[in-house]
Amino acid sequence: MDDLSEFHGVFFDEATEHLDGMESLLLSIDVNAPDKEQLNPIFRAAHSIKGGAAMFGFQDIAELTHEMETVFDRVRKGQMPLSKDLVDVFLISGDLLRAMLGVRKDDGDEVPREEVSALCARLRLFLEPEATASEISVMVAGSAVKVSGGEAVQAASASTAPPLSLARGKSDPEVPEATVKRRKTKKSAEKSPPAVTAGISTIAPVNQCKVNSNEAVTPAVTSLSPLAEKKDFGLFVDPATLPANLPGATAMRPGGAKIDELKGVAKPEAATPSATDASSIRVSVQKVDQLINLVGELVITQAILAQAASCADPKLYQALSQLERNTRDLQESAMSIRMLPISFVFGRFPRVVRDLADKLNKQVELKTEGEGTELDKGLIERIVDPLTHLVRNSLDHGIELPAVRQAAGKPAKGTITLRAFHRGGNVMIEVSDDGAGLNRERLLSRARERGASVSDSMSDQEVFQLIFEAGFSTAEKITDVSGRGVGMDVVRRNIREMGGNVEINSNLGAGTCISIRLPLTLAILDGMSVAVGKEVFIIPLTYIIESLRPIAADVKAVSAKEKVVRVRGEYLPLIALHEVFNLRPEAREVHEGMVVILESDGRKTAVFVDALVGQHQVVIKSLERNFRRVQSVSGATIMGDGRVALILDVAELVDGTAGTAASTTRTTAK
Amino acid sequence: MAKTILAVDDSASIRKMVLFTLKRGGYDVVEAVDGQDGLEKALKYQVNLVLTDQNMPRMDGLTLIHSLRELANYHAVPILMLTTESSDEMKSKGRAAGATGWLVKPFDPSRLLDVVRKVIG
Amino acid sequence: MSQPPTATPITTSDPNASRTANEFLTFRLGNEEYGIEILKVQEIRGYDAITRIANVPEFIKGVVNLRGIIVPIVDMRIKFNLGTVEYNQFTVVIILNVAGRVMGMVVDGVSDVITLAAEQVRPAPDFAANLDTEYIIGLGTVDKRMLILMDIEALMCSAEIGLNGPDIH
Repeated sequence: MDDLSEFHGVFFDEATEHLDGMESLLLSIDVNAPDKEQLNPIFRAAHSIKGGAAMFGFQDIAELTHEMETVFDRVRKGQMPLSKDLVDVFLISGDLLRAMLGVRKDDGDEVPREEVSALCARLRLFLEPEATASEISVMVAGSAVKVSGGEAVQAASASTAPPLSLARGKSDPEVPEATVKRRKTKKSAEKSPPAVTAGISTIAPVNQCKVNSNEAVTPAVTSLSPLAEKKDFGLFVDPATLPANLPGATAMRPGGAKIDELKGVAKPEAATPSATDASSIRVSVQKVDQLINLVGELVITQAILAQAASCADPKLYQALSQLERNTRDLQESAMSIRMLPISFVFGRFPRVVRDLADKLNKQVELKTEGEGTELDKGLIERIVDPLTHLVRNSLDHGIELPAVRQAAGKPAKGTITLRAFHRGGNVMIEVSDDGAGLNRERLLSRARERGASVSDSMSDQEVFQLIFEAGFSTAEKITDVSGRGVGMDVVRRNIREMGGNVEINSNLGAGTCISIRLPLTLAILDGMSVAVGKEVFIIPLTYIIESLRPIAADVKAVSAKEKVVRVRGEYLPLIALHEVFNLRPEAREVHEGMVVILESDGRKTAVFVDALVGQHQVVIKSLERNFRRVQSVSGATIMGDGRVALILDVAELVDGTAGTAASTTRTTAK
Repeated sequence: MAKTILAVDDSASIRKMVLFTLKRGGYDVVEAVDGQDGLEKALKYQVNLVLTDQNMPRMDGLTLIHSLRELANYHAVPILMLTTESSDEMKSKGRAAGATGWLVKPFDPSRLLDVVRKVIG
Repeated sequence: MSQPPTATPITTSDPNASRTANEFLTFRLGNEEYGIEILKVQEIRGYDAITRIANVPEFIKGVVNLRGIIVPIVDMRIKFNLGTVEYNQFTVVIILNVAGRVMGMVVDGVSDVITLAAEQVRPAPDFAANLDTEYIIGLGTVDKRMLILMDIEALMCSAEIGLNGPDIH
């Protein structure tokens, strides 16, 4: 009659949180000198999952967590030492539990029964020295149940059990409460006579109480078997003194008057019992996105209003500026709902690093910094794979074997550092290692082997970017760790699709640092609007280094089509936006218009436009939703006048139009 | 007037289930996430019954029971321990701390309601 | 520039209309009159403030902002080579909702909404008009007027229009 499935979601979330917490503790714990503050939560995680699982009828989960709880209870009480082996088994158990939860959540692959049993057996092995003893105690308890149970049945059936016939056949979900009670009693009576009592025995002499409670010993049996067949409830006091059996419930309380006063105040609040959860609420992402979209519309409407009223009276203007500030604040608040700390991603790496280091016989310490740095949920989800790849790559190709490290005068244990922080309007994520570093010469020769056009005069940054080319692997041998088809080119593509870019810094022998720059969110961006002919384009500010109007002498043609512009002594390839988008420009010559200097993947490019229009925060709209992907365009936005403006995909623009020109022109310039 | 029950459990899923069951049974329910929170809520709202888990962070169930019994207005309020640890030892500890009775987890919702009705009507 | 979009919501009338009868929105393209299923039509509006897209066929005019969503606009007059096209306050855009997408179509003018019973629809002959027969459901006749009933969903999703992705040549 009680459908508990509506609480399953809460249980799954909760269990997952416990597993995450347990895993991170297991990974950080010092096996030789464990901190009690770390042991207790691990025990509690297993304990809580078990409790919930048993409650909601997930027997296999309850079974496994029961074993985990039993073992760890000993550990936390200092009755058993912690060992790496035990930590390993716990980590595996955590994985299996996740899989078991997965099955319940979305019909994942069934977890084989034997796997659970095997793991349970493995956990029990840790208790081995004492196994016999506990079995005996169970036996003793069992016989005790029989003895005391017999007596108790008498008492119970005499005092509380109603005539069985009354309850027969009632199983209607809306059974009145009294019937439910009887039915339960009847069920217990039929199935398990010794356990019928269901409490309500008056205070027993101490020795009897001890025997009675033995019935419910053997936690394994009691907590894991179906309900109401065992004695599951008891009282230490005379039921006659319970409020339920007293004429006036308040009469029994000392200081009743005071309590009544208190009650008068407290009652209204008591009506909102979810007070404990007031600190956070769960809301579907869809609802949040809808809110963000609406706020986006509001921002646009506000901009349209502001434009329309720009020459109206000052009062209106003032009110509109106020509206603009409010709208911006509202937008920021709405966006922040989608923000999550990067610890959601970093949290998985201790495990990744531990497993992989074991496999490669390397010693690695993982450090994380700035886990609290927040970014958009959508980005959090999409950064996991690229980041995992980079970390694995670092471990596989960066960090050397202990002997090699020591020969090079470095500590045997390498360090990989994950760092996140805000810079400008961006989130920076760095993966750095103190490994071998990138070998410039080897990268260049590898590129030549593959027939790529490279030159010795390329900057380090450009050479390092070669590792992101498809099929480019510098590993001496392809391992099953990083050389698995999905390469660094996929990493870079994924990051670019998120509107970000990647930079590499490396010192041969000292290590490599890969920096990912991501926008804070996928929904809005800070952009510079530029005019070309009658059109307006948005360039994401994160790529812009500067804008300037060049003098005619600084613009040089290197071929019939390609031009370069000299900026601060450096010749940069020049892209005319009107040519890319096939438009008729206002400014015919470069010196009549403006150039915007962009930097993407460590490469600078000058983009020629008619004029700069202004700086805006724009709401990103999908072009692909109703149309399709457009070359060199990452999306669209709606301007203050209601028109659509295209947002430039800077990485693609620079790559697609000047990819090869960049290196050749540089050579020419020098 | 509906009676108010304080449900103390660190597991949100169990708390929700208890809350749902008791509300449907016609009780008001105040939730608390651990013993410490339970004590604070007990001071804030005078409740008619306390249901508490044993193993919780910050303050466990036994300590909560001890602390409640030291308060004049909680001398005689029934307190039930909801616990997976139904061992003899745990029960005598509960008894010593001042618990009114115990109920073994897992229980099914109707059983909980049944027990609560027995205790506070 | 920012003339208020003249949106004309179209309501389908009798929900109990017999299954054999269908409602069509009729419009003109050059000398021919076409009909499309009314259920595919979201609204009719004027032509304004279009943003051009580079490197697409000429008949894809670009994209517009339709209450916050970006909608591509196809000019059928260019697609079917119907002489010089003009854009003024009489230019009409039919906003379609096909295959889960919203898109606009420029035509010479919208006539009305008519109901055709099954017997008023004949299969299309092979020589039908500007349009490839695979995009024609049939020919309808009302008061001696001939209507070419267009399978607008098939047409708009076709590689010929190329709204779905890079052109296939």
